[in-house]
Amino acid sequence: MNLFYKIFKPKRITLPNGKTVLERRSRLPLILFAVLIATAVAIRITGFDPVILAKRIDQFFVILRQMFPPQYNYTSKILSPLFDTIKMSLLGSAVGALLAIPAAVFSSNNITKNRLIVYANRLFLSIVRTLPTLVTALVATYVFGLGTLAGTVAIAVFTFAYVGKQLYEQIETVDMGAHEAMTALGSGKLSAFWTSISPQVMPAYLSTCLFCLEGNVRYAAILGYVGAGGLGIILNEKIGWREYDSVGMILILLFVTVAAIEMLSHVIRRKLT
Amino acid sequence: MNDAIERKLRLAPKRWYLKLTVALVFAAIIAWSSTAVDASGTDSRGLLIARGILLGLVRPNKELLLNMTKQGVAYLLLETVCIAYLGTLVGAIIAIPLAFLSSAKIVPKPVVVLGRAVTMAVRTIPAFVYGLMFIRVTGPGAFAGLLTMSMCSVGMVSKMYIEFIDDLDKKIFESLDACGCTAFQKIRYGIIPQLIPDFISTIIYRFDMNLRDATVLGLVGAGGIGAPLIFAMGAYRWSEVGAILIGLIVLILIIEFFSSRIRRKLARGL
Repeated sequence: MNLFYKIFKPKRITLPNGKTVLERRSRLPLILFAVLIATAVAIRITGFDPVILAKRIDQFFVILRQMFPPQYNYTSKILSPLFDTIKMSLLGSAVGALLAIPAAVFSSNNITKNRLIVYANRLFLSIVRTLPTLVTALVATYVFGLGTLAGTVAIAVFTFAYVGKQLYEQIETVDMGAHEAMTALGSGKLSAFWTSISPQVMPAYLSTCLFCLEGNVRYAAILGYVGAGGLGIILNEKIGWREYDSVGMILILLFVTVAAIEMLSHVIRRKLT
Repeated sequence: MNDAIERKLRLAPKRWYLKLTVALVFAAIIAWSSTAVDASGTDSRGLLIARGILLGLVRPNKELLLNMTKQGVAYLLLETVCIAYLGTLVGAIIAIPLAFLSSAKIVPKPVVVLGRAVTMAVRTIPAFVYGLMFIRVTGPGAFAGLLTMSMCSVGMVSKMYIEFIDDLDKKIFESLDACGCTAFQKIRYGIIPQLIPDFISTIIYRFDMNLRDATVLGLVGAGGIGAPLIFAMGAYRWSEVGAILIGLIVLILIIEFFSSRIRRKLARGL
């Protein structure tokens, strides 16, 4: 951006008392220009057309209208996959969050002194994080077969990468004084970590895990689309049969579940911090 | 000196019953949730496939990876980026009125509750359901994909917006008032400078997420790189899977690098 200021010289303003001050030119026009160009390119490639959108938007509500009134007596068949979804996300989050602890410890440069290990671990974490959850689930269904195991693995992998990154950033910002004091008194690495660092990062870690769990319940509902178990399977089935009133019921129950879990985790997280 | 340490250690609050309860509850939840795991579908073919995917990652289909035509990885990735970009943009714009309508600082309480319920309901509907709805509007293709992305973004983006609006510093507003500014000037110098960095930061973050989620769209035929990936997998063409995955990983890493840099700059002030 320094080049920008060299091309567009700052504006000279003479104050009433004779002094001159320099005002930097705004970069807004340049940024706006870039955004406009990007938008134009994107519109060309995606075929975005507001006319079609305005003309046919009522089609969007066709399915939505068919969802109401929802099929209430379908509820009993939804409950079991709904609980499967919740169980998948609970177990997946727990496994992922536990696995994230060693990974995070080995990627924080204040605990692990070997630079190579730190960077290798970080690279691994960010590569795992780039994998979209649905792709992980798809791979998992091929490796572990169709079913809830694949979904659980996908959720665990996603949670591992997300919590791992958050945790190592938190570990790196802790106050190392207590840790130094512990090691100076001759305690081992593990007990020093456990008594001096874990109390500092624990609330944030638990809060991250709960936040991840919230999102995972939502994700777990989609994973069934690729055959990874849970609510997505019946959702996909009902959409295929165009029984949109049943789809509406599934979505309402999902909404209630997600809202309940979010509220619960909000309460716990507020207590943690 | 050791005595002093021992004495201090004994003074530590003993809350083992609390820890035990938490541990028991945690174990019970894990035990309960592991009943859902059903590994009956797992067999030895899984290992073969895992090997195939790994080999594909090591030996990707170079022709597909470096192909510059419309079937090549590069074009597919460009299309995915465009879908995510426009989708985020449209979603971010839709979210602005929604956020102002559900902020406790601006509208009365009942409206806030209603607004929040609407944003949550919007967030609950899974991406592929939106995809199906929009395909009715636009037909299959990238257009439907970008509309789906925008609907998926609205929920999270407006939730973040609401938090920023609730955090607005009203004192600046009052001091501008005291200086005799007009309503327009108050908005221009009192509100916009406070909100813009946070809003843009949110939008960039959501763009990052949308890029990842854009693979979902392939499932319903709404464009992007998802569909070729799924077809290649279904046909066990691991070298193509490898090529697409490598392209995706590299793209996301690059975008993440730049977006976190921009976001850091925005957080510190330009």
